[in-house]
Amino acid sequence: MRPSALLLLLAAPSALCAQAAFDRTRPPALPPSPTLVLPTVAASRLPNGLALQVVSQREVPLVQVVLTIAGGARLDGAEPGLASFTARMLTESAGGRDATALQGELAFLGATLTSSSGWENFTVSLNVPRRSLGAALDLMADVVQRPAFTSSDVRRQRDLRAAGILQRRDQPGALATLAYNSILFPAGHPYHAPADGDSASTARLDSARVRTFYQRAYVPTRATFIVVGDIGTAEAQSMLGARFGSWTVSGSPITVPAVTVAPVVNQAGMVYLIDKPGAAQSIVSLGGPGVSRFSPDYPALVVMNTLLGASFSSRLNSNLRETKGYTYGIGSSFAWAPIPGAFRISSGVRTDVTDSSLVEIFRELRSIQDAPVSATELARAKAYVALSIPGDFETNAEIAGQLVELGIYKLPLSSVSAFIAKVNAVTIADVQRVARKYLPADRATIVVVGDLAKIRAGIEALKLGAVTTLDVAAVAK
Amino acid sequence: MTLRHFLAGAALALAPTVTHAQAARLRVPYTLDTLPNGLTLIVHEDHSVPIVTTNVWFHVGSGDEKTGRTGFAHLFEHLMFMGSEHAEYPQFDRLLEAAGANNNGSTTEDRTNYYEAGPSSSLKLMLWLEADRMGWLLPTMDKPKVDLQRDVVKNERRQSYENQPYGLVGDVAPRLMYPAEHPYSWPVIGSMADLSAASVDDVKDFFRRYYAPNNATLVVAGDVKADEVRALVRQYFSEIPRGPAIERPSPAPFTVRDTAVTLEDRVQLPRLYLNWHSVKTTAADAPALQVAAYVLAGSRTARLTQALVYNGEIATAVQAYNDAKRLDGDFNIVATARPGKTLDTLQTIIDQTLQRLGADGPTARELEQARNAIEASFLRSIQTVSGKADQLNEYYYQTGNPDGFQEDLDRLRGVSAADIQRVVRQYLKAPRVMISVVPQGKPALAATKKQVTP
Repeated sequence: MRPSALLLLLAAPSALCAQAAFDRTRPPALPPSPTLVLPTVAASRLPNGLALQVVSQREVPLVQVVLTIAGGARLDGAEPGLASFTARMLTESAGGRDATALQGELAFLGATLTSSSGWENFTVSLNVPRRSLGAALDLMADVVQRPAFTSSDVRRQRDLRAAGILQRRDQPGALATLAYNSILFPAGHPYHAPADGDSASTARLDSARVRTFYQRAYVPTRATFIVVGDIGTAEAQSMLGARFGSWTVSGSPITVPAVTVAPVVNQAGMVYLIDKPGAAQSIVSLGGPGVSRFSPDYPALVVMNTLLGASFSSRLNSNLRETKGYTYGIGSSFAWAPIPGAFRISSGVRTDVTDSSLVEIFRELRSIQDAPVSATELARAKAYVALSIPGDFETNAEIAGQLVELGIYKLPLSSVSAFIAKVNAVTIADVQRVARKYLPADRATIVVVGDLAKIRAGIEALKLGAVTTLDVAAVAK
Repeated sequence: MTLRHFLAGAALALAPTVTHAQAARLRVPYTLDTLPNGLTLIVHEDHSVPIVTTNVWFHVGSGDEKTGRTGFAHLFEHLMFMGSEHAEYPQFDRLLEAAGANNNGSTTEDRTNYYEAGPSSSLKLMLWLEADRMGWLLPTMDKPKVDLQRDVVKNERRQSYENQPYGLVGDVAPRLMYPAEHPYSWPVIGSMADLSAASVDDVKDFFRRYYAPNNATLVVAGDVKADEVRALVRQYFSEIPRGPAIERPSPAPFTVRDTAVTLEDRVQLPRLYLNWHSVKTTAADAPALQVAAYVLAGSRTARLTQALVYNGEIATAVQAYNDAKRLDGDFNIVATARPGKTLDTLQTIIDQTLQRLGADGPTARELEQARNAIEASFLRSIQTVSGKADQLNEYYYQTGNPDGFQEDLDRLRGVSAADIQRVVRQYLKAPRVMISVVPQGKPALAATKKQVTP
């Protein structure tokens, strides 16, 4: 109970009294922000060693069950897209039901069951009303332990994926992302090809390849169940134990290959142009190599990025949208992972101000390196990061998602509180230091997708670096 | 729906999904008050997480726009973030961020909403900011602000329509579906020419007419005390004067003109859009049309998903939905052809599927699956205070009862096989609007108009 709330409650019956203390001309003083109360996680193991984390949340009669398995697209090796395709195939035919019957049964139970692959892990997620949990877990057990990978299922999904890859050519934003990552991460780096593969790797997908990968990548000793919702630990243990208690390794596990190729570090700026004749906007994507989330600079980078381009009031958005009117929105991001991902600034800008937009973006990059940020700006960014965290733990799926994410880094839930403390300790000097250390103001990789007949001359005149033109079909191949 | 900005968290798509009839009744308890100036306040307490959301609906949308000013309601929405007398630009966003809160707004044909979400400690700030722009927006409004947000909205139009594959359908479909004088006959985003024409005087007129407390409802939901909220809202909002009575459009009944058009676009795969005139949100047939849409394309077992994607293997994806709005509605089927397939093939299979559903109705199993899935989606929708707040406003607007969750679910669960059969036969027949989007230079892939008799 916060004292301020109590005071207001006492004041409430008397409108006159309340009115007297009210001054419309200035923002109201706010009570202290609520302290973060993290959910209680009960960790245990099933008899066969499978890890289990349970968070009881009785508010709504729903249960979220997430199986997370370390691995993911980092296991792809020379076959980009194999991990994400295998994950997609789990929810086709399984355990004696065909692909249609399986999803029909799930829908009948009011359940949703999805399977996907990130870069670092696989997840299978079930969301189901409490009353149908047992029947839905039976289906989840089939999907995880007895997927069929029939040749007709594989062919259908492979054809659909090939069509989706073709459609990337229509999407300027997708083209910019594909080009940016393939340039920044050279061949041999795990991020060189998109996680859902290209048309050549897709054409090679067949039942045998998928089954072998599944047997070697979906490894129970790398798995954790996260259960959040209207259920207790004992019940979760017995329901999962009955269905997953005899799940064992079925192939020789693949290990994550070491990263032997480094991201490209430019000596000077490099510009790549992709032509979309008649495009209504230009998509601008630029940046450079990012940072590992394990870096001690992680909290300072999150704060710096928030005020650079990850909030509405950020410098980039204030300048390019709210002052210049060049765009509907602009953002910057670090792709956080155990290995350094990409730092990227991205926006769709009006064709006739494509060059001016680049000028302003680089002005902001230099400005945050050259001059200390103001105390007000820093305080706002820190508060925005730290105070929004309680809202990340509202639904069962959000709580489970947080636990899955922390699991990738083998971090306990209590690390969230530690992160908040580190955010609150970030100084003006920290922001400038990480901006100088990591932002590629003079050696950025720059990709622009737009109507080159209208924008090429303006971009070349900026002399940002050597200009290369890329072909749409080569980028979205 | 057109959003102020897309930096804030993306809306979660609710997967269709749920439970059996004996489940506990859905309740979202609330208090409702009306201030003397006409402002309606709805408060819902939920103490599970220390967060709060405020959600204001102004009962005005693109359907209220004048000829030559399409897109104005949405442009106005952007201007609501440009500062007010006591919270000058750019304090709105800065103060909320400093309090750990985010915000956004959106505009539809029927209403405009504004919402903030953040730690429970930010409640007073949210109310103060909402009150200031409801009461004191105009003193700081000027041409530079209008010009700037006009540019931003034009960029939004480029990003969301013109630079998106198939994006031009959003511009064309309303004009084909509704007669020229109908308030739904233009897109919410409006035209570039009309956006250029908007003036500061238009802004002032629009604000004085529509942005009055008697045309607004405010929902506060989360870790708050209703009494405390009521006292604060009286303090912050009572001074704002009531506005004039508002006349909303009441379009005449109409019949769609049977139409087939072909658009060439920079796309790899052709896509077919079939649109029928249906009914408004509160019409008796709206639930049956919604369940019919689920039976047609709401799951992998759905009729069209099976016929086009899983068994037929001629489409990459298919969607069906009844877009029921306050005054009227349209039912839509959208299917994308696989490489090498023509839209005529898709059209034939879709029409056969509709004919069969109209002739035989859904099976008992299909209907039960739909009911369960829809029930579960209701459970999922009440997991967040933001979701509940917006829905309380929606139900209050449409029916006068904010806690309409169970009533809405009962309407959907009450749909029978015969109802579905009937609405398919009654609504999903000629006349209809058919739009083929084909790759440039390949008009032969378009669908041709056929006699439709489901």
